[in-house]
Amino acid sequence: MSHCACHNTDNREQVEAASRAALSEDILRAIEEARRDPEPGGRLISILHKVQGHFGYLGKEQMDAVAQLLQVPAAEVTGVATFYHFFRLKPGGRYVINICLGTACYVKGGAEVAEKFKEELGIDFGETSKDGMFTLECARCVGTCGLAPVIMINENVHAKVKPDEVPALLARYRDKARQEQA
Amino acid sequence: MSKNVMAAYEKLRAEAERVLTERSEASKIRIQVGSATCENASGAGEVHEEFRKLIEASGRKDIVLRRTGCTGRCSCEPIVGVIAPGRIPVKYEKVTREKVHDIFTLHVLGGAPVTKMMLDNGLHAVPEMELHLCAGERCGRDQSRRFDALLPEKLAAAGVDASKVRIVSAGCFGLCRSEQSGKVTHMLVRPDNVLYRLADEKDLQEVIEQHLKGGRPVDRLRLKEHTVSKRFFDMYGDVAFFNRQSRIALRNSGIVDPEDLYEYMQYKGFSPLARVLEKNDPQWVIDTVTRSKLRGRGGAGYPTGQKWALAARAAEKTRYIICNADEGDPGAFMDRSMLEGDPFGVVEGMIIGGFAIGAQRGFFYIRAEYPMAIRRIQNAIEQCRKHGLLGQNIFGSGFNFDLEIRLGAGAFVCGEETALIHSIEGRRGEPRIRPPYPTESGLWGKPTVINNVETLVNIPAVIYYGPEWFARLGSERSGGTKVFALAGKVLHTGLVEVPIGTTLRQIVFGIGGGVPGGKRLKAIQTGGPAGGCIPEKLLDTPVDFDTLSRVGAIMGSGGMIIMDEDDCMVDIAKFFLSFSQDESCGKCTPCREGTKRMLEILERITSGQGVPEDLTNLERLAQLIRKASLCGLGRNAPNPILSTLTHYRDEYVAHVTEKRCPAKKCAALVRYEINAEKCVGCSACARNCPVACISGEVRKPYRIDAARCVKCGRCFQVCKFGAVNRS
Ligand SMILES: Cc1cc2nc3c(=O)[nH]c(=O)nc-3n(C[C@H](O)[C@H](O)[C@H](O)COP(=O)(O)O)c2cc1C
Ligand code: SF4
Ligand code: SF4
Ligand code: SF4
Ligand code: FES
Ligand code: FES
Repeated sequence: MSHCACHNTDNREQVEAASRAALSEDILRAIEEARRDPEPGGRLISILHKVQGHFGYLGKEQMDAVAQLLQVPAAEVTGVATFYHFFRLKPGGRYVINICLGTACYVKGGAEVAEKFKEELGIDFGETSKDGMFTLECARCVGTCGLAPVIMINENVHAKVKPDEVPALLARYRDKARQEQA
Repeated sequence: MSKNVMAAYEKLRAEAERVLTERSEASKIRIQVGSATCENASGAGEVHEEFRKLIEASGRKDIVLRRTGCTGRCSCEPIVGVIAPGRIPVKYEKVTREKVHDIFTLHVLGGAPVTKMMLDNGLHAVPEMELHLCAGERCGRDQSRRFDALLPEKLAAAGVDASKVRIVSAGCFGLCRSEQSGKVTHMLVRPDNVLYRLADEKDLQEVIEQHLKGGRPVDRLRLKEHTVSKRFFDMYGDVAFFNRQSRIALRNSGIVDPEDLYEYMQYKGFSPLARVLEKNDPQWVIDTVTRSKLRGRGGAGYPTGQKWALAARAAEKTRYIICNADEGDPGAFMDRSMLEGDPFGVVEGMIIGGFAIGAQRGFFYIRAEYPMAIRRIQNAIEQCRKHGLLGQNIFGSGFNFDLEIRLGAGAFVCGEETALIHSIEGRRGEPRIRPPYPTESGLWGKPTVINNVETLVNIPAVIYYGPEWFARLGSERSGGTKVFALAGKVLHTGLVEVPIGTTLRQIVFGIGGGVPGGKRLKAIQTGGPAGGCIPEKLLDTPVDFDTLSRVGAIMGSGGMIIMDEDDCMVDIAKFFLSFSQDESCGKCTPCREGTKRMLEILERITSGQGVPEDLTNLERLAQLIRKASLCGLGRNAPNPILSTLTHYRDEYVAHVTEKRCPAKKCAALVRYEINAEKCVGCSACARNCPVACISGEVRKPYRIDAARCVKCGRCFQVCKFGAVNRS
């Protein structure tokens, strides 16, 4: 496009490079693939899932990068990110504890389990413990209602949890983290 | 063209057969471990690993370890099946790593089943032979009862050792046909796995003489056709929880390896698709589905054939089909179980649906909370692509179709079809006004059909076994079965699939085993946040779309939560309303503001601040929200309140006028006191009280400072002497 009068101020390449630098390889691949889709915007949510999977949350920088590379308005990316409960806009702990408060779990005492977690960790839903180890969230059914009350720690589902088992459960994950670090 | 299709299918089928024969599993001892989210949560992963190690250490080449989805028997997981050639399969419940060793050494190696660990502990010894008589409503139920009574005598007369035979009266095998109604009895002989259709006593006698005694099956009476639930009965027929069900949608769950296309084909998988492509007539598919009286299983119950016809009629040729796997009802898990346990079944339903409406692309919209379901569907799609079942020119038919997965992101409203479409388009999942309906203008403005997982998994069965068969299984206006997810205060939690029209009593008591702990059943909640609570006195209501709405509940997606006397119905109503309020997308005022106002009233009532006008205000607001909301979420949000107000009004009145919570659930209305006469002064309560408001001296009665008590109930739970009173 050498005949374009504004080509000297076109910083598209830099912006693209900066955007690429903000994301990881697999995310970039997913974006490449999306661009070939007849409806690239339809891949936005899948890509945001990948971003959260990689970074643990959706940072402003990453969301802007996705908007740039996918060629959708940044406002739309933010709009989507804030609409869906699953997306976290600030960093979470090493382990995200999702306490199911679906009907089956509620009826079987899920609320008491939640209370115990709050008490043990000294935090409320949506908060992260000071050591950065645990984030507490509430879930709407993880699909194992027959084993209620249920909690999910990262991808692991724990069934028939009793409030007095909570301290031991937390200790187990703390140990796990220590081992992984060592 | 049609010759191509059959040839391509036969080629694939032969390949499957060859691979499976090479594995020669049938002649080996098979150990089957469930692999699903629920199974793994119960420890199935460890169990699998332990068996693997033991098999390896034993060096035996004739023992194989298999993986299946879940059977929907949650309260007994992990479940392990041991299938030895020529023997009745044995199932073990609640298997732990320790139990694995016993099962392996005593049973797998030693040949002696460990009876005390067996599922449902129903048997004391595994019989050599089992006779299952169909006890379904439709075929010869009276004759079946007569046979049941006659058999012991007849066996003895023929000299068959009766102690080695067990007679089971099982649910419907799904074989019934109208022309035989009341005239035949179906009987399954295990472990030979031979199914008979018996017209009279003479036939029965022949089977006893020639087969049971002589060991040669009676060809004349033997059913040649492949029947839908026979393999399920063959595996699980001796378990009461299962043999009272009719497994159509769940026909493969807990039977096949969900990650293996060949195994799916062994059970007639993709034969319905081949048939459809061979006929090459979309209208025939639509007519077949219409005649089956299949109604959508996602909640609204719209006739599936009609929905397909609408999309097929559209002028626009770019069309889409979507599988709604958002399973939002908190308390329902049948869709997850099917996605994890029979992913190829759902995919096959999608391809057939795509063909019927003339779609080129299909989408699975799966909630992100179901990682294993996502992986299994992804694997099924990839395997189908590899074998020419997805992509260009499927089975050489000229039909091009492909599938993709899109993930939800934790918004309940995205289960609503227009919101779901927005979400797939990569936008905020807000519903829009209908019409236009998606069949006219859906995904990217094109005609789109949206179907629920269970609806789709039924499709191959409808094609294979025929629409009349399917229609007959259900009620007058609605064909087939419905899967219910039984949870809450019920003995056997799990998935229950029964013909539509079965009564609630049969489901909750007949199959679910009733309420545990000698407690009284208070309510059956169906339909989740859009549904209602059904009281005990309506237990004989048959489950169907119309009958359930008549009693103020809905069929919904099949979540069924059982509540007992400890559950407060006002609190439950508040629970559902706060769910809907939280999940309201906020687009329209009646839903956004109305649910907030209603919730405020309920909060007042449960905290002891209620006034009599609150009840009429609740009703007035409920009607308003129902009428004026834009989508189903808002329109149905008042249902849990209206149904509890109808059936449990006295509980509301107790809260409002007497400031009393009869179930002693609403903390603000409950008081804790220590009965000085019963208290032995053990100090347990004081040590457990989170706010340290219990004081006293050891071995003397303790006291609660009511002003500081936060009513957590901990003291009530920990006192072993019944000294803490709750009122
Ligand atoms: C708020 C709301 C949530 C819904 N959630 C689901 C769901 O999780 N799964 C589902 O299949 N249908 C759900 N539905 C119903 C769908 O809108 C739609 O009717 C259904 O998927 C159509 O499929 P079917 O005809 O096979 O039942 C929901 C409806 C509403 C209003
Ligand atoms: S009824 Fe509720 S959920 Fe539906 S569009 Fe209106 S505000 Fe959104
Ligand atoms: S109910 Fe809880 S806060 Fe109240 S006295 Fe008992 S333990 Fe303490
Ligand atoms: S736990 Fe029971 S018996 Fe022990 S001090 Fe408390 S009230 Fe008394
Ligand atoms: S309600 Fe908790 S897992 Fe379904
Ligand atoms: S009633 Fe006997 S097979 Fe259906």
